[in-house]
Amino acid sequence: MTAKPKLALYWAASCGGCEIAVLAIDEKILEVAAAFDIVLWPVAIDAKARDVEKMADKSIDVCLFNGSIRNSEQEYMAQLLRRKSKILVAFGSCAHEGCIPGLANLAGREAIFDYVYRKSPSVDNPQGIVPQPEVQVPEGTLHLPMFYDTVKTLDQTVDVDYYVPGCPPEAENIYSIVVAVIAGLKGAPLPPAGTVLGKETTVCDECERTREEKKIKAFKRTWEIIPNETECLLEQGLVCCGLATRAGCGALCPKVNSPCIGCHGANAGVVDFGARMMTSLASVIDSDDPAEIRRIIQEGIPDPVGTFYRFSLPHSLLRRSALSGNGH
Amino acid sequence: MTEKVGVYICHCGSNIAGKVDVEGLAKWAGEELEGVVISRDYKFMCSSLGQELIEEDIKKEGLTRVVVGACSPHLHEKTFRRACSNAGMNPYLCQMASLREQVSWVTEDKAAADVKARALIAGAVRRVQLHESLEPTEVPVNPATLVVGAGITGIQAALEIAEAGHKVFLVEREPSIGGHMAQFDKTFPTLDCSACILTPKMSDVGQHENITLLSYAEVEEVKGFVGSFNVRVRKKARYVVEEDCTGCGICIEKCPKKVVDEVFEVGMGKRKAIYRPFPQAVPKYPVLDTANCTYFLKGTCKACEKFCPTNAIDFEQQDTYLDLDVGNIILATGFDTFDARRIPQYGYGRLPNVFTSLEFERLCNAAGPTDGKIVLRDGVTEPKSIALVHCVGSRDEHYNPYCSAVCCMAALKFGHLVMEKTAAEVTSFYIDLRTPAKGYEEFYDRLLEEGMKFVRGKVGEVSDAARLPGEEGKLIVQVEDTLLGKQRRIPFDMVVLMTALEPRFDAKEVGLRFGISCSMQGWFTERHPKLDPVATMTDGIFICGVCQGPKDIPASVAQGAAAAARVQGMISRGTVLIEPIVATIHAEHCSGCRICNNLCPYNAIEFKLEEGVSFINQALCKGCGTCVAACPAQAITGAHFNNQQIVAELEGLLYDAARGTQGAPKPVAVPA
Amino acid sequence: MSDERFEPKIVAFLCNWCSYRAADLAGTARMKYQPNIRTIRVMCSGRVDPTFILKAFSLGADGVMIAGCHPGECHYLVQNYKAMRRYEMLRHTLLAMGVEDHRLRLQWASAAEGNALAAAINQMIDQVRALGPLDWPRFWHENAGHQEAIARLPHEHAEALEVSA
Repeated sequence: MTAKPKLALYWAASCGGCEIAVLAIDEKILEVAAAFDIVLWPVAIDAKARDVEKMADKSIDVCLFNGSIRNSEQEYMAQLLRRKSKILVAFGSCAHEGCIPGLANLAGREAIFDYVYRKSPSVDNPQGIVPQPEVQVPEGTLHLPMFYDTVKTLDQTVDVDYYVPGCPPEAENIYSIVVAVIAGLKGAPLPPAGTVLGKETTVCDECERTREEKKIKAFKRTWEIIPNETECLLEQGLVCCGLATRAGCGALCPKVNSPCIGCHGANAGVVDFGARMMTSLASVIDSDDPAEIRRIIQEGIPDPVGTFYRFSLPHSLLRRSALSGNGH
Repeated sequence: MTEKVGVYICHCGSNIAGKVDVEGLAKWAGEELEGVVISRDYKFMCSSLGQELIEEDIKKEGLTRVVVGACSPHLHEKTFRRACSNAGMNPYLCQMASLREQVSWVTEDKAAADVKARALIAGAVRRVQLHESLEPTEVPVNPATLVVGAGITGIQAALEIAEAGHKVFLVEREPSIGGHMAQFDKTFPTLDCSACILTPKMSDVGQHENITLLSYAEVEEVKGFVGSFNVRVRKKARYVVEEDCTGCGICIEKCPKKVVDEVFEVGMGKRKAIYRPFPQAVPKYPVLDTANCTYFLKGTCKACEKFCPTNAIDFEQQDTYLDLDVGNIILATGFDTFDARRIPQYGYGRLPNVFTSLEFERLCNAAGPTDGKIVLRDGVTEPKSIALVHCVGSRDEHYNPYCSAVCCMAALKFGHLVMEKTAAEVTSFYIDLRTPAKGYEEFYDRLLEEGMKFVRGKVGEVSDAARLPGEEGKLIVQVEDTLLGKQRRIPFDMVVLMTALEPRFDAKEVGLRFGISCSMQGWFTERHPKLDPVATMTDGIFICGVCQGPKDIPASVAQGAAAAARVQGMISRGTVLIEPIVATIHAEHCSGCRICNNLCPYNAIEFKLEEGVSFINQALCKGCGTCVAACPAQAITGAHFNNQQIVAELEGLLYDAARGTQGAPKPVAVPA
Repeated sequence: MSDERFEPKIVAFLCNWCSYRAADLAGTARMKYQPNIRTIRVMCSGRVDPTFILKAFSLGADGVMIAGCHPGECHYLVQNYKAMRRYEMLRHTLLAMGVEDHRLRLQWASAAEGNALAAAINQMIDQVRALGPLDWPRFWHENAGHQEAIARLPHEHAEALEVSA
């Protein structure tokens, strides 16, 4: 019997939601188990990194890599899995664009450690101990991965073949990619390297709300109004990122009366998601007075980075905020 | 896809070569810039030899792109595009870098100039390799023309086009054509009677078979583009049926209601509720002023209807709308006058015998409210001394910074008329005396001979508060006489304020309706102030006369004729080329969010409800690129200024920028 | 470390009808201004996409200027208002990202205002010079020692098998 194709799944800086999402394909998971020999899946099976190190290069057929890269271990595993895999897929928003871990790019290691280990209200750390990459103990030297100042996406670390967007990706999309890969391994043509698997238009395409021409006098926060279920959320004043977010999720959030927050990433060809949000929202502000425009923006969008780059900060053109100390 | 780029660095004599190392630059471009296969420097690229250099290289070396580092593209972009075209290359595959206006002429340090020149060339070389071949669209020109405004300028333009055998629609807001010139008494420097030289032209317009006169009408909406505009005109109801009216004027005679005529008589005289603005009005049909008509106010009277021999009064008449198709539009909308009440220290509106220049014209005019007698507001007393105050609202940082061009001459004219009709003394209070055109300085000499007085000083105040003997009951002009070096208080019976010309109160709105803009002062913006004063930045829309800026009648007439000539040129060509710099919405990427829909001032973007996508009508698109930049899905591309081209140019411009002192990590991969 | 004065590199987007002509006018009048500005011609300030500005910073620009026609005078009637709105939105975000206010400038200049544009350019260059280099890519550098940490991992994995009883 010919060997089954090999599948690896790995999680870097992530929440674990993508792992659960894989299971969200329900009984189809059995098809996956039947079709593949899973060689690495830290959340579910006991294979180790050193097992992967022993494999021949390109012997893993497909690796679904979720999570962003923010320490040396994660970077190492990204490099390792790239070497050992034929197809490396950036699975989920963290690997694709940086996602929520990416928001740590508004700070650096010093500031993060200082807060988490010393200043946070719930911390009890009178000696101010913070993690060190290396410490001597009687048994020898212990190492911890080195924590980076800047979160990177998978494609800022290694070459990536495909991307599956979403936080987490939707079950049907996960299943489609599995099916496509299985077919591809049997000789069917695969999409060009670098493809983001999903639609080439934005969430508005899948949203059923009515829309008119846009004229914004104020941006509302989600706690300020309860929107109606029929009109475009942006027209009701909420910042809905569906304008700029790649379709493929079925406009799930607007369907439950919540504005889209952009987890599915940018549309095809877009290099900076936040720029698209900024330009489109600004262009339709209904004012020609600079002072009024400034007020509308400052009152309605108090956290522009969190609003426009919630999922995509590391993948944006600037990638992070200014860092004092240059990251040395 | 590798292109073969030819780079040409122009010396422009010593204009560029004097500051920039042109040979070094050409050498650097050839060695360092990817894609460059030929790199030359030459003394004068715009000369025929320079252009041939490009043409030869295209043919012999098989160049697919050309970069010319020379002067501003505003000067020679067409030249080099034509050179490429002659050699069989699409003209849009050529890019210019401005090494003269942007580098050599503005930079002190030679080394810095070289660095900047390299950046601009690098930018152009990277950009041009992403250019696409584009073809302009040829569209037909409708031979009919719309002229808006029927003062002397609009009349001139309309007559010239009509005489050339083409159809003209002439729209005028007031009930009669003639404009401000119809209000004047005499014109300088010839002292022709204004109405006498104007009315023959007015009557030509009224009778010309090629002119459709739409008076008491306004343009409501303009759609379309050069060669095919569609214009909606609202003809306001006169309440007189034009086909039946003989112009006999009995309705006017019998109308019992007299009201102050604020428009033509500038508040100095009266008219009836049904009226003609002036006796020689064209067209002859009266107009009923419903705001003052007893029938419309109280439901009674109807004298006009009773006495009209042809039953031409129709109280039920409605405004009508016409849709006109024209190829070109000429705006000759004229001016308003400065409201002298804005300068309280001159006393206009408070001191009865302070007049504006337009009011004084009506006084002098034999058909005016005083039958041409120059008298004070009481209608009887003849003034013995008249002051003419120049620059009221002009040349003044508090009101209008510009000179109104005509007031000095008008003041001289008033001086002459006063001395001709009365025994009064007349004194001009001026800052400078502006008498530039043909016969103007000689007219000033004449007035000096005739005994007009002149004081060089801007009047500080006109007051009726007497302080010194001889000032009781007079208007005192307080002025610094700068030639004497003294403050003076001079008593006068009458003061005339030479008020500034100002743009029409609704010039900005009107401009927007036609798709043209106004300057900071409110005059319509011409395409080029020196070399193209009657064209605008919008093809097919022309401006002439005072609406473009203050000027006298000869200059207005010349501009009216110039605009007419431009239009006739378009008509005889028959077609016009539209630049292919337009935007396209890619429906497969468009989600129908409609962000772009209200971003286009030309209404080029429509939303297709059934398909759920937006769409650009490229015939209306003027290529500004605003929608391209705004689209959140990045579904809109802009020809010749697309994202990749601009980013490539940026990368070239920043060729020498530090990119992190230790080198950046793996760059962001751009998803397909 | 060189003791040369820091010379900023500033990119300016000039609109074809007003500000580019103003720059041309500065040229024909031989008005001298500092050379630290490099211009890109666009048809309208409304064409300027925030992506371009972010790209310029990511390529190492120290400052970016957007120049257009005065409000009310836009050749395309009202499009410079869109540029104004986008500038405000981008400025709000850039401040939150640590890009100082003076590094992004919105400048109006009519075709007749060569001297005003030259003065504005000089002022911006002076302001950016005082702020110092931006060199945004330097913030992406990884921490020193990360390569060694990565290289050590296979050894750590191998050593981890050796567990004394």
